[in-house]
Amino acid sequence: MRAATQVFEGGFSDAVLNSQEVFRALMDAMANPGLVIPVRDLVNAPAPLQPVMAAIAATLFDHDATVWCDKAIAGSDAATGWLKFQTGLELTSTPSDAQFALIRDVDTMPSFEAFAKGTSEYPDRSTTIILQVAGFDGAEVLTLQGPGIEHTRSFAPSRLPKLFIDQWAANRAAFPRGVDLILAGKGALAALPRTTRVLKREA
Amino acid sequence: MTELATYNFAYLDEQTKRMIRRAILKAIAIPGYQVPFASREMPMPYGWGTGGVQVTAAVIGPKDTLKVIDQGADDTTNAVSIRAFFQKTANVRVTTRTAEATIIQTRHRIPEAALQTGQILVYQVPIPEPLRFLEPRETETRKMHALEEYGLMHVKLYEDIARHGHIATTYAYPVKVEGRYVMDPSPTPKFDNPKMHNSPALQLFGAGREKRIYAIPPYTEVVSLDFEDHPFEIQTFSQPCALCGAKGSYLDEVILDDKGGSMFVCSDTDFCEVRQEKGHRGHLAANPAEAAE
Repeated sequence: MRAATQVFEGGFSDAVLNSQEVFRALMDAMANPGLVIPVRDLVNAPAPLQPVMAAIAATLFDHDATVWCDKAIAGSDAATGWLKFQTGLELTSTPSDAQFALIRDVDTMPSFEAFAKGTSEYPDRSTTIILQVAGFDGAEVLTLQGPGIEHTRSFAPSRLPKLFIDQWAANRAAFPRGVDLILAGKGALAALPRTTRVLKREA
Repeated sequence: MTELATYNFAYLDEQTKRMIRRAILKAIAIPGYQVPFASREMPMPYGWGTGGVQVTAAVIGPKDTLKVIDQGADDTTNAVSIRAFFQKTANVRVTTRTAEATIIQTRHRIPEAALQTGQILVYQVPIPEPLRFLEPRETETRKMHALEEYGLMHVKLYEDIARHGHIATTYAYPVKVEGRYVMDPSPTPKFDNPKMHNSPALQLFGAGREKRIYAIPPYTEVVSLDFEDHPFEIQTFSQPCALCGAKGSYLDEVILDDKGGSMFVCSDTDFCEVRQEKGHRGHLAANPAEAAE
């Protein structure tokens, strides 16, 4: 019963202005790769959805969005119920069909290869992968370069997918095809569009 | 009760905004690539900036300050009506000052004043496909972009040189973004092309009738196409602005009489006014002392 009411609660208090606020954070993040943009906690979704990831979902998803969720999220009726009720999204079990992917467990996620990379004619038909991370003060500091970055930018998410440097290099090499990443932390988000180059770290 | 009578914030319904927002994020991720989107009918005719208006409506929020220009001017019909549209539907602050604006919607000019980090420039685009006049079929131009097959565009520029001795394209001059996509900068004069390169501002392009959105993130390489022996050049003017005396700004010719008299003035009205306020005077400017009498 509790799970059932959780589903209907905790959406944006102001659907119009809250989603605009979150979208601007997303757009700034996408236009400035690796820049950590603060966002207020605007929604309250059932675990394992953290507020920032849930707010991104509420901003971008609707009946036109096909979304793949990893096991941690797909396994929670409360979480998928909340997403369905609040956004009306269409869930898929095939990552390569997904416009968006919600990933709670970064360690066990499929490789980027498993997701849609778009076609040469329509590279926009690719998956935007939304990762839930603890924060942006991780031990491993990446150096980023590319459009949206004047010289270089340091970026230190607390968690990254396995073999990230190699996976990302392969994703970058497929340009203009490829996946884009959005990282949802606590009270902040950041993005890595497919154009960003991750430089080898100086020891 | 007034709540019921008003528009949704910024006119568009939320589902439309989400659809446009998803397109904008992909457009930023693939600089210069034209993302198809389900353009809506707007309460203004095609050709009046329906694409730019939809992009602005999806992006704008209550904290924004909007500036709208048409050929550089804040006070022309198109600029005035779009500014009024957003004042009415979004109740946002508006300005004519480039430096004060967070979002600048433009038809066919880039402001003279250098744009800043955090500013968003929204272009109204009539025909987003730079190859359209060379190849009318969308299926073909899409394949040409996919295969990076841009030889035809160079042939067109070469034919200009063969016929006129120089590249005669003066507006909508094609650019290559980040070494990959050839893009139409919208019908801005080629004078403005260098301003797109490594701009600190985010540039968004909306084509309403053609249903395309594309983007250039900040600090992105934008190169105007040219040849080694015929390098890209911008227009130059032999005289300064007649009102503010500016050299090196883009000038419009204004007819003064029916005897062939004319003056050249800055097309960017805000740039010209700010200079005049600072005391710069061109040779046809009113003398402030005389004007006061």
